[in-house]
Amino acid sequence: MNLDSKTPAGALGDKWTDYKAKMPLVAPNNKRRLDVIVIGTGLAGASAAATMGELGYNVKAFTFHDSPRRAHSIAAQGGINAAKNYQNDGDSVYRLFYDTIKGGDYRSRESNVHRLAEVSADIIDQCVAQGVPFAREYGGLLENRSFGGVQVSRTFYARGQTGQQLLIGAYSALSRQISTGKVTMYNRHEMMDLVMVDGKARGIIARNLLTGELERHSAHCVVLATGGYGNVFYLSTNAMGSNVTAAWRAVKKGALMANPCFTQIHPTCIPVSGDYQSKLTLMSESLRNDGRVWVPKKKEDAAAIREGKKTALDIAEGDRDYYLERRYPAFGNLVPRDVASRAAKVACDEGNGVAPTGLAVYLDFASAIQRYGKSAAHSQGLDESDQALIKKLGKEVVAEKYGNLFEMYEKISGENPYKFPMKIYPAVHYTMGGLWVDYNLQTNVEGLFALGECNFSDHGANRLGASALMQGLADGYFVIPYTIGTFLSEEIRTPQIANDTPEFIKAEKETADRINSLASSNGSQSVESFHRRLGKIMWEYCGMSRNADGLTKGRKMIRELREEFYKDVFVPGDADEYNPELEKALRVADFLEHGELMILDALDRAESCGGHFREEYVTEDGEARRNDADFTYVSAWEWDDNDPKLHKEELVFDNVELKTRSYK
Amino acid sequence: MKWNRILDISFSRTPSIYINMKLTLKVWRQKNSKAKGELESYQVEASEHMSFLEMMDVLNEQLIVEKKSPIAFDHDCREGICGSCSMTINGSPHGPQTGTTTCQLHMRKFKDGDTIVVEPWRSGVFPVVRDLTVDRSAFDRIIQSGGYISVNTGQAPDGNAIPIEKDLASNAFDAAACIGCGACVAACPNGSAMLFTAAKVSHLNQLPQGEVEKTRRTASMVAQMDKEGFGMCSNVGACEAECPKEISIEHIARMNRDYVASIFGGRKS
Repeated sequence: MNLDSKTPAGALGDKWTDYKAKMPLVAPNNKRRLDVIVIGTGLAGASAAATMGELGYNVKAFTFHDSPRRAHSIAAQGGINAAKNYQNDGDSVYRLFYDTIKGGDYRSRESNVHRLAEVSADIIDQCVAQGVPFAREYGGLLENRSFGGVQVSRTFYARGQTGQQLLIGAYSALSRQISTGKVTMYNRHEMMDLVMVDGKARGIIARNLLTGELERHSAHCVVLATGGYGNVFYLSTNAMGSNVTAAWRAVKKGALMANPCFTQIHPTCIPVSGDYQSKLTLMSESLRNDGRVWVPKKKEDAAAIREGKKTALDIAEGDRDYYLERRYPAFGNLVPRDVASRAAKVACDEGNGVAPTGLAVYLDFASAIQRYGKSAAHSQGLDESDQALIKKLGKEVVAEKYGNLFEMYEKISGENPYKFPMKIYPAVHYTMGGLWVDYNLQTNVEGLFALGECNFSDHGANRLGASALMQGLADGYFVIPYTIGTFLSEEIRTPQIANDTPEFIKAEKETADRINSLASSNGSQSVESFHRRLGKIMWEYCGMSRNADGLTKGRKMIRELREEFYKDVFVPGDADEYNPELEKALRVADFLEHGELMILDALDRAESCGGHFREEYVTEDGEARRNDADFTYVSAWEWDDNDPKLHKEELVFDNVELKTRSYK
Repeated sequence: MKWNRILDISFSRTPSIYINMKLTLKVWRQKNSKAKGELESYQVEASEHMSFLEMMDVLNEQLIVEKKSPIAFDHDCREGICGSCSMTINGSPHGPQTGTTTCQLHMRKFKDGDTIVVEPWRSGVFPVVRDLTVDRSAFDRIIQSGGYISVNTGQAPDGNAIPIEKDLASNAFDAAACIGCGACVAACPNGSAMLFTAAKVSHLNQLPQGEVEKTRRTASMVAQMDKEGFGMCSNVGACEAECPKEISIEHIARMNRDYVASIFGGRKS
């Protein structure tokens, strides 16, 4: 298979502008006759559906939630990057492009990433116009902060709820199009299959989750914006409902899954506290602007803390190891996520972890409270030597910046983070891998597009903080509305797609059979228990670090688990009713296949890069050892029940020199 | 530094579940919107570190093992932001802790031996789908009636073109923090959706970007709210008390002002 990225010719900085100027257009009278299906209503899906509605296409949008506003984009905390250079600190489109390529450990496509950086500034303008209440300075202008892996402040934010505010912006734009009738919204509908007609994606089979009824929906093309697959690990920061099903159904119809092993483990999450735990909660990376990460230097201190005999406050300054500042002086606590996560793991593996499990490190705000307190006292003309006053003022500043995160931490952990440092540990957060797409965001299946976290295109082997929101909105507002024209301009003579053709009838029948067989399975184990076991396999063998033996073993275990699942799962209730357990069963069934593909990909990639860390490939000082000679490619997998096939898209770097990624 | 075979399957090294509570749960069970519902009693063992929903997970696991029908409830992010969870716990929407959604409520707020009554949101406009799951689509329709600024993609001026006072942006944010859960309606003896509607109206009407459509937006959203069948506001204030995002009823006052203006003083009513 020839994987043509369809990257336009020309200089990197001119590609997108020239391409837009010359691309085929669809006239307004023809847009009215073209139907587009959008699956998912997170940042990417809602912005795409709204914008395509504005342009005049007939859009049908689907979400499994009860409202489009519930999509998991809503939980993003920290912010959104944009190359505005409002801070005059040397930022530019090129620098955002370069940081993203480097942060992704040179495993993403130059042209796509540069376009992302180019449209980033427009996103901020659009969101402000929609009424997104971004943080502002006293002068009324937009405020910025810094995030991991960069040395400029280009992150725009709305307290610790940036994702919520951006999603509400996109949701309101979507609602406006729903009210005009340009978008028809299907809530509580889940995509069960992709329907192909003459080699093109022409519709879906959806399940009405309230009634269990299967519906055939046809369109000229299908856009997937269904997020990532982090829940394959069971415990992750993803919402409970996040799943791989829509993307996986596309894979089963021939779409390629790219770089599935590239998963992001976020360094600052609230540690696991018990077996019953259903999900993990992220503490925004923005906290690393002000929080200092440390563990006790002495193992006996760490042990005493684990046993509850000491607290963090008992450890003298000289007995603390601020290991990120020590190992990476140039970036300190703001190293990228993959680097910070592995460093936390090393600290805990060496026996210096805190918390009863030994799997936690401290994130300490004491110095920030001091620093802000002094500055506030100074500017208000108060006594700078009064320690109690300084602490009080400092806490107020910290509360203003991170108040809601501190509250959330206290609710979950039961501990006051203004007094004791937070305990954090890495957790699965984001998946860089996803459906393979070309420059137009079209998959290898004609008429099937993928946006946002659902595709693989922009983050390489590691995503920088505050870039997921940027990518979701870039794809939805500013890329797909243009690039979809490259496909639809060829379809203006195609009449409305009928949904009673043999292709639709067959797809519906297959879906019904699959659902009925699961719904009638009367084994002895719950869906949840299988999902937990899958998560354990994935975390142990395909988690923060991987090796060939473990991966081989993991693959075997997943295959066995899959077999056991179909033999012994118990799904209560019926297929023709509202049945959340059945929904879960269908999603776990797809995770059980997708997980195997992740392992295969991790096995193939015999190098360490970004979030993919192979224990066999490390440098002398324990850092990841990338292998550009053999692995500068995107792996794109074609699924097969027995032997999935690997296709490669060689990555060409015309503008960036491949270097060892150093944050020292 | 060595990268030995990892043993950090975090859940396997965690202490095994520490059960320190035995609870009686009385949960509303209702097959569908047409069926008659009733409270059923269950015994469940929990740990104080669990979230309320994790305790419900344990109960459901128990029911599934017994091949009984698990309790249906909406939930997703479990971080207090998606607005999916919707349980009335001992008569309070989202339970006893102020400023907290059900998913962020932890069992340490309850005592060993407690009896806990769990019901869905109670409102005629939110029909029960099943058990604790309700239909809140009326909220979407209110937003569709005007809860937006009419700006197409690509029409926006530079983000810094209009400076917005820090406090004003902050006030607008306080209103925009609404998660659309519906606790305000469930808390209100009149079943009014004023706090939800006012939060959106106030968020947008305060900002210079949203001012242009202020009159039309307010009139249209209030009309839709009435059309859905939500009750009138009689300034009880239960909505503010139960709102997990602590949204102030001051926003209702602002909406009322804008509403009156839309009727009597509006440029285009």
